[in-house]
Amino acid sequence: MSPTVSSVDPSGLGRPAVLSVRDLRTHFETRQATLKAVDGVSFDLYPGEILGLVGESGSGKSVTGYSLLGLVDPPGRIVSGSVQLEGQELVGLSPARLRRLRGRRLAMVFQDPMATLNPLLTIGAQMALALRAHGAVSDEAARARSLEVLHQVGIPDPVNRLSAWPHQFSGGMRQRVAIAIALLHRPAVIVADEPTTALDVSIQAQILTEIRGLVAQSGTALVWISHDLATVSAIARRVMVMYAGRLVEEGPTAQVLRQPRHPYTRGLLGSLPQFSAPGRLLAQIPGAPPPLDSLPPGCAFAPRCARGTPQCTQTSPQRTVDPVTLARAWRCHHPLDEEVSA
Amino acid sequence: MTPLQVATMLPEAMHLQARGLGRRFESRVALGERIAAWFGAPLDRRAVQAVDGVNLELRRGEVLGLVGESGCGKSTLGRMLAGILPPSAGQVLLGGRAVMQSEGRHRKTTSKVQMVFQDPFASLDPRMRIGDTLAEGPLAHGLVSRADAPGYIAQWLEKVGLPADASRRYPHQFSGGQRQRIAIARALAMQPDTLICDEPVASLDVSIQAQILNLFLQLRQELGLTMVFISHHLGVVRHVCDRVAVMYLGRIVEIAPAEQLYARPRHPYTRALLDSVPRLQLDAEGLLADLHPIQGELPSPLAPPAGCHFHQRCPLAADGCRQQAPCLLALDDSRSVACHRSDIT
Repeated sequence: MSPTVSSVDPSGLGRPAVLSVRDLRTHFETRQATLKAVDGVSFDLYPGEILGLVGESGSGKSVTGYSLLGLVDPPGRIVSGSVQLEGQELVGLSPARLRRLRGRRLAMVFQDPMATLNPLLTIGAQMALALRAHGAVSDEAARARSLEVLHQVGIPDPVNRLSAWPHQFSGGMRQRVAIAIALLHRPAVIVADEPTTALDVSIQAQILTEIRGLVAQSGTALVWISHDLATVSAIARRVMVMYAGRLVEEGPTAQVLRQPRHPYTRGLLGSLPQFSAPGRLLAQIPGAPPPLDSLPPGCAFAPRCARGTPQCTQTSPQRTVDPVTLARAWRCHHPLDEEVSA
Repeated sequence: MTPLQVATMLPEAMHLQARGLGRRFESRVALGERIAAWFGAPLDRRAVQAVDGVNLELRRGEVLGLVGESGCGKSTLGRMLAGILPPSAGQVLLGGRAVMQSEGRHRKTTSKVQMVFQDPFASLDPRMRIGDTLAEGPLAHGLVSRADAPGYIAQWLEKVGLPADASRRYPHQFSGGQRQRIAIARALAMQPDTLICDEPVASLDVSIQAQILNLFLQLRQELGLTMVFISHHLGVVRHVCDRVAVMYLGRIVEIAPAEQLYARPRHPYTRALLDSVPRLQLDAEGLLADLHPIQGELPSPLAPPAGCHFHQRCPLAADGCRQQAPCLLALDDSRSVACHRSDIT
């Protein structure tokens, strides 16, 4: 099996990866077709690291996140590959044993906090339930721990807020509560799926700043799934770009954005208004992502790519690791080699 | 200048105008509460002033961006500008004529202003073919005869970059980006000179968003449309708009040419909003560069703070800000700001 990029701790402390994903494939099998939502994803995540996973709708970024926690529902299933959390294999683990890990060592924050929180329970009650899901906890201990995490995520007046119901919170505060619940058991890894997408920019900025601090403080590693390159670049040192179920490019965020090697990454950057003078046409990517049930045989991006050749439409490009830095990789027959100017 | 020249210039100069525009939403009083009120119970009528005393003027062919966070009233303002929501105060004029009749039944008086909505999944009837959806308005207004309708529709579909045979299909057969093109074609088929676009790219992926923004830029040039472009995305607004108005809790707090607004915001809220936008960080050090989030959250529109609505979150707030609401005053001939402290911003 090919080694992933960055098989070394980026912090330089030489710690082992807390999460190792190898050749993960999650497919949705229906009677008509097989949708390869995740098709051979590999990466390592280190303690205290924030790793960005960027892609458009349907790229498989959320399904990747769900697969890590074993949350894919039929007809979807993990058909092959491996997910190791702190050395323990998660793929193939029984539902009961997975449940013992979820919330304790591995937690998730979803896009819509209203769908995560139970509207009929006070915040304090749901937090106590989450704590007791993994062992007996006294009322006082549950309350103390809940207050501690609510304070950490910047909820004002946590003592009174414990007895409040979710509907009494604003969207930003609800998302803070959801993050607080994910932090309750001091998990090794949190998977956050578009956690700030539904929020206003001013609230998003507050939460981004707090998350950065929390991760640095607690050593929890974070997978930050988002469609927004700018948000990811503000929070993640390393980024992976996903297209049609595959990682097409990965590496240190600043390098990937300044000098993208994959034409898709370049196209995404060109689609952002900040790279064109106001009023000028944007460098758009033509067409739309391919439907997952009829992916082209070669590179999935070839039909939209200006650099496409017959080779691209016939054979799928293998992952190429940057021979100099060993920190970057891409899947492209004709990688780009120029800097982007903002 | 002769009087004749003045007369012909006036409508040119001010194509779309909002005068003292306001909209109040009141909660409905339930029967039980009404009965209780008969017996002397206090009646709790909660009202939201969604839009409060807005004055706007757009020249013909100008694109005005309307930005603000959720709940600031930008969509309500947009709907009044489009003549589909009656204002509770003031009026909207298009080419000098009211877009909505104010007496009796509220009815739109013109088809020259049309609207494009955010969600192309909700704004198209799933049971109507695209061609029928697009032909409905023009047929009702006699813009085209039934015999000519198919050709007329095909022409507008082509203009927004869709194949002519799209008219035989249903909305579910199209992607989000294509549906937004259809929604734009539907608005254009009414031959408007003014388009109100409410978050037209907010629900689209980045690569599709770029395609739709390019379409707007092309259409604007080709058709000379006047546009109000409502968005929470400051980067998008900067790209397509000539001028930008910033709203906070129902009021316009700053309005300026886009370039100047982004280069030097004069209202503390505009500045805070711009500072909150994560920028694409192109060097590794950028990651450490701090965002400067505004403190606190938007106050409840049910009970907005007295004086300047922003004073509780404003780093420059002084005593006067807590007592009196600032008026939107011109700083020079192109920009206005509603701030008591504009001398130091």
